[in-house]
Amino acid sequence: MLEIITAIDITTYLTMFLGDNAWIVEKVVFATWETIYMILISTVLSYLFGLPLGIILVTTESGHILENKSVNNSLGLLVNITRSIPFIIFLILIIPLTRLIVGNAIGTVASIVPLTLAAVPFVARLVETSMREIEWGLIEAALSMGASAWQIIYKVLIPEATPSMILGVAITSINLVGYSAMAGIVGGGGLGTLAYFYGYQRYEYTILWTTVIILIIMVQGIQLLGDKATANIVNKRR
Amino acid sequence: MISINNLTKIYTGASHEVLALDNVSVSIKRGEIFGIIGLSGAGKSTLIRCINMLEKPTEGSIVVDGQEITNLDKSKLYKARQEIGMIFQHFNLLSSRTVFDNIMFPLEIAKTPPKAAKVKVTELLELVGLTDKANVYPTQLSGGQKQRVGIARALANNPKLLLSDEATSALDPDTTQSILKLLKDINKQLNITIILITHDMNVIKQVCDRVAVMDDSEIVEVGDVLTIFSKPATPTSQSFINAIVKKKVPEDLVRSSILKNDTKSFLVRVSFIGESASEPIISSLIKTFDVKVNILYGNIDRVKDTPFGNLILELIGDTSVINESIAYLQNKGLEVEVLKDA
Repeated sequence: MLEIITAIDITTYLTMFLGDNAWIVEKVVFATWETIYMILISTVLSYLFGLPLGIILVTTESGHILENKSVNNSLGLLVNITRSIPFIIFLILIIPLTRLIVGNAIGTVASIVPLTLAAVPFVARLVETSMREIEWGLIEAALSMGASAWQIIYKVLIPEATPSMILGVAITSINLVGYSAMAGIVGGGGLGTLAYFYGYQRYEYTILWTTVIILIIMVQGIQLLGDKATANIVNKRR
Repeated sequence: MISINNLTKIYTGASHEVLALDNVSVSIKRGEIFGIIGLSGAGKSTLIRCINMLEKPTEGSIVVDGQEITNLDKSKLYKARQEIGMIFQHFNLLSSRTVFDNIMFPLEIAKTPPKAAKVKVTELLELVGLTDKANVYPTQLSGGQKQRVGIARALANNPKLLLSDEATSALDPDTTQSILKLLKDINKQLNITIILITHDMNVIKQVCDRVAVMDDSEIVEVGDVLTIFSKPATPTSQSFINAIVKKKVPEDLVRSSILKNDTKSFLVRVSFIGESASEPIISSLIKTFDVKVNILYGNIDRVKDTPFGNLILELIGDTSVINESIAYLQNKGLEVEVLKDA
């Protein structure tokens, strides 16, 4: 059986079971992969920039280990400005920047730029919130041992905030699922593009509903994964 | 070992300033357990945090082991802090690390080679009696065990000085006893100077050699614990002492002595310290003088290792004989205070 499957073209194989709807499956599978790819890459990239930004936001607060009012205020303002622009508008606003970085403004790779840039300030706030929950006493104890700011960041703040930050990663990537669908409408690829161009504009309701169901499953899956990962750490520390 | 001179700390808020320390000067000797007692808001917490610069004083100087620490640059301050251990009321252990790794933490900060660090942690676990808990996380420990980890952690870099910030305030009485005993042992074995702050005179009574009493941002009294116990000079000290040593005569006792008004009766409080606590002074008083002694109240206690007692006596007899009796007691080295005379 296996030899037969690998021997024949995947489309032919699908046609065997699904008849005329085989192309739909193919499109859906490909679009799902594109969406996963966009979310994965932009989540990673948004933490690459958002995590340090969040740490700066926390530590430069007044009374904290790197207290610096002007840095804190200006970063906070920047984060707030970015977060107040609706994503669909943000997407269009930064097209020139996207072109500069990727070379064009259409497609999966191009979508990663606005997705990441929109998620960075969000991630920064999530990281900030997670780290604010850490009791000041822990930081004070580390200070009393002669820890430098850098040592406090990577030996206290990051490990202590990890369970809460993992939930943050789940929230971020769920947000990015929604954002990526929006990006899809302006040609970003993935399930959004499929749902809009095929499902909505060509009245292919099977496609429309299939994408909705896949998105629901995706969100559920991410949340479940996040909850489990957090619970694992918390249980280990219990 | 530590001399604090004219220390002032002012917190500047948005609308007003708060004076937390008002020109505080005190010196602490090497190897002693020095207590600082005060009500919350008295400034003791700020004072102890100035000693390792967790709080930056507004004015004044702090010299620890010959080194002025109020104006150190960053790297020198980190080094200085590594030589001062600190333990906390709420333990402040890292939930992300096991007991072993929590004790390892200050050694990592001081960049101790891992091999030597592990040996040190194992030693410390033994010292605080938690060898079997090395690989558990702090959430699995009781309060007393957490504080033991805190103590082990504070001792990791072989400090000369240990600061204790209300270390027993969150513990039950039995656990408090065992932690205080551990602190006493550490003080003796390792010859570490300990400065502890507390609002509980019992803690001072059990472990401290000397005590500073703080009230309203100032040190109002400093001295030997025994001296402060027997002769508290300020109202603040008196109220702390009264909380644990009964010095006031219950109202009904005073009244009942008034009823028997046919003979002269004096009410006196006798306090005795150390040696005299074990002598049969009252019985020799009765044999020597024609005076009746009625014991209304008595207790005996220990201040660190010295017995310390209090008796409230009713002396009945002629005024002159009673006065002679009082003089006799005073000659024996007892502190006598007349609460009510005829």
